[in-house]
Amino acid sequence: MDPESLLALVETEHPSIRRRSHADRPAVSVPSGELLAVMTTLRDHADLRFDLLLTLTAVDFPGEDRFELLYRLYSTVHGLWLIVSSDVPRSRPVAPSVSSLWPIAEWQEREAYDLMGVLYDNHPDLRRVFLEDDWVGYPLRKDYQDEYMLELPK
Amino acid sequence: MTVHVRTLDELLHAPLEADSDLTTQEYLVNMGPQHPIAHGSLRVVVRLDGETVKEVIPVPGYVHRGVEKMCEHLNYRQVIPYTDRLDYLSAIMNNWAVAKTVETAAGIETNDRIEVIRTIMAELQRLQSHALWWGVTGMDLGAYTAFLYGFREREIIGEIFEETIGARLTMNYIQPGGLMYDIKPDFAAKVKKLLPYLKDCVEQYETLLSGNVIFQERLRNVGIVDGARAVALGCTGPVVRASGVPLDLRATEPYGAYGKVQFNVVVGTVGDCWDRYYVRLEEMRESIRIIEQLIDGIPDGPYSTIRYNVELTLPEGIHYGQVETARGAFGVLIVSDGKREIPYRLHFRSPNFNNLWVVTAMAPGWRIADFISIQSSLDLVIPDIDR
Amino acid sequence: MQFVHTMAAAAATNTTWTPQTLADRAVDSVPHSLWLTAGYFLLAVVGVAALLSFLGMALIYIERKIAAHFQCRLGPTRVGPFGLLQTLADTLKLVFKEDFVPPKADRSLHMLAPFLALLVPVVLLALIPYSPNVQVADLNIGILFITAIGGFGVMGILIAGWSSNNKWSMIGAMRAGAQIISYELSATLALLVVVLFSGTMSLTGIVLSQQEGWWIWRGHAAGFVAFLIYLVASTADLNRTPFDIPEGESELTAGFHTEYSGLRFAFFFLAEFINMFTVSALTATLFLGGWMPFHVGDWTGFNAAMDTIPPGIWFLAKTTAVIFVIMWFRWTFPRLRVDQLMHLEWKVLLPLGFANLFVAAVVVLTELYPFPLGK
Repeated sequence: MDPESLLALVETEHPSIRRRSHADRPAVSVPSGELLAVMTTLRDHADLRFDLLLTLTAVDFPGEDRFELLYRLYSTVHGLWLIVSSDVPRSRPVAPSVSSLWPIAEWQEREAYDLMGVLYDNHPDLRRVFLEDDWVGYPLRKDYQDEYMLELPK
Repeated sequence: MTVHVRTLDELLHAPLEADSDLTTQEYLVNMGPQHPIAHGSLRVVVRLDGETVKEVIPVPGYVHRGVEKMCEHLNYRQVIPYTDRLDYLSAIMNNWAVAKTVETAAGIETNDRIEVIRTIMAELQRLQSHALWWGVTGMDLGAYTAFLYGFREREIIGEIFEETIGARLTMNYIQPGGLMYDIKPDFAAKVKKLLPYLKDCVEQYETLLSGNVIFQERLRNVGIVDGARAVALGCTGPVVRASGVPLDLRATEPYGAYGKVQFNVVVGTVGDCWDRYYVRLEEMRESIRIIEQLIDGIPDGPYSTIRYNVELTLPEGIHYGQVETARGAFGVLIVSDGKREIPYRLHFRSPNFNNLWVVTAMAPGWRIADFISIQSSLDLVIPDIDR
Repeated sequence: MQFVHTMAAAAATNTTWTPQTLADRAVDSVPHSLWLTAGYFLLAVVGVAALLSFLGMALIYIERKIAAHFQCRLGPTRVGPFGLLQTLADTLKLVFKEDFVPPKADRSLHMLAPFLALLVPVVLLALIPYSPNVQVADLNIGILFITAIGGFGVMGILIAGWSSNNKWSMIGAMRAGAQIISYELSATLALLVVVLFSGTMSLTGIVLSQQEGWWIWRGHAAGFVAFLIYLVASTADLNRTPFDIPEGESELTAGFHTEYSGLRFAFFFLAEFINMFTVSALTATLFLGGWMPFHVGDWTGFNAAMDTIPPGIWFLAKTTAVIFVIMWFRWTFPRLRVDQLMHLEWKVLLPLGFANLFVAAVVVLTELYPFPLGK
């Protein structure tokens, strides 16, 4: 399936999504409220079958008051690639957990929580993964500061 | 809507189940961060009932250096040495992932010579990594002798690297747009001389460990994970291939010179520790095959196509590139704002971080010794988990 | 019983050996001079102590060299000629290291355990017939005593694991307890085969009974099978690879001696090596003729040539060969899992041992020897 028909198929399944520009692979942008529904379709649709969640990460845009969540999906059945992005407000960064769809998301989401402070709803075990439980702040945020930093964020 | 955040303390101090009839009690032990199976400093809390593993709680983070944060202050060439220090046994392949991403994003063309040399180097390193893994697996299962045999080959390949690159571990070799140094004139001859020896070594590995009854008893049918589950748990590399999923980025989306060579994607049938062991041995044979096909015809040309002192700025957007390292898909996700020569956000998709968690599905129900086999068969490199 | 008498008589008439132990000499000397008796006692104590330290050093050196050559390296070469003093240097280091007792450990038991572990092999050293005239004491219940004392060896390990207040030590100790007690059954069954053949429990008596041939081949297959069972079971008793699960490094860090350091750790280490020596010496004594030279039937010339080699050398050569085999195991095999280990003992070795004992009994009763006994 070529990227164009892939995007068209996803769009017909979920009309609320938009295509995301500035990406090297087919990319769609999904409202965070519909994320779980879209992801379920992507995983279970017979022509898509995105069974491998390769990357789950978040990008901080303090100027635009949002976190962009990036999911990179791969289908080992059809050999397809898709980037799913979703925005959550920075003031209230809560997103639905996709760990019920891909078990690996449980830990990838823990990493995103640990370093970026995105909270995942319905996550079975939301804990910090690398840092101490009593660590203050989320280091990958652009405005993160601590006393050891040599170069403070502007 | 509130999201409940847990702590490790909360998890570890949950009441343990006691069996009232036999008055036995489950107990927690820390495997790591200082433990021979930690292979560095991975902490795994194991809930045991006697010898039987009930639950496995990996607690990574003891080598977390915040590489992703540091990379937000570095330009793309400066990122390369940091990748050496993630999965240090696949340093060249990690370099390649960054170089590939930047080249694709910035539209830098490379030539055949660069791609062939990169492929040969990457395969040599895969051989080196698998040789070391083979030795370490032997050591984990109690056959200490295997460790030194594995290390012997690692040193010999290390010498080849040292001659061209000047480093044995942290290579910093593959750069966006080319290579750090050209190969030495006798590189091809030396590698060609090495290949028959390495072939013998793989056969020797077979005779030293594979045929051993105890070794087979320890690995066969232990820690089985089927293909669909392995994929859902995010496994890549030999771990997922041992479960029968032919996911090998070298074959599914050929990069470098992999499109020009013949090689097989090795897959297992059962998905147990033995398959993960044997897939790697077979991969060593395939790597030797790949190098054999390339080593005779290294094309001529410059070893870089751009000047290295030029600052690279990537166009705005998401750029992702990935390579198949010795442990699975290593990906680099760069979010660029299109204005500065440093990434806005850089995320490493680490194969070890994603392969680690399958242990929580595999190990429960097995004995302590099987947990060792299972963890050893995953071939984890801890700095790559923690980043 | 008829058989036992003929055999003992044969051994008595045919032998040119008149073994004399230090204990015999001491008893003989009582009417003459009590000082001489005391001298013999002192000689026994000093001899065993000297042997203990010498064996510890020598075996560690040998193990290192053998391991090195199995692993394509050289082993110690720097300290002293051929690295001979390396072990001494390491021992000195261990002596001067801090003797650390974990704060919440059972202090007195923690201190006691290494000595208990070392006690058994030291007692056994006194019983082994090194040569017709070099043996501290020859008990007429030698085999019984060895199995009884050998079973005590597990106490040191169990106490070490229990008193350390460490989960790894505890698992290691429990594994060791289960393993050693299980495998001692098989070892004892294998010893009984030799007792059946030779009709005596005295170690010197067993050596003398092998004048016409060693029990490893003279007892049909039964002797050979008993030898194999004893080798495997005693390797398990030693906690050495492939049966080193009580201290399996990659699983339990160091098992029962995780919390030991310095001299007390050295004692465990020493106990393991001395144990290896006593097991090898017993294997040599029971199955390979002990200090008895190698004889073949009627080849008088060959037999006479063999007799020129001193019995002490024979003993040493046989023991060293067995030690080498045990080290060879260690540097070749991976480690068994705990349930596989139990499976091997209770479902393979033990039934085999019983069957073998039965076969041996049939062989003895029907006198179906390939070589006539002492005739």
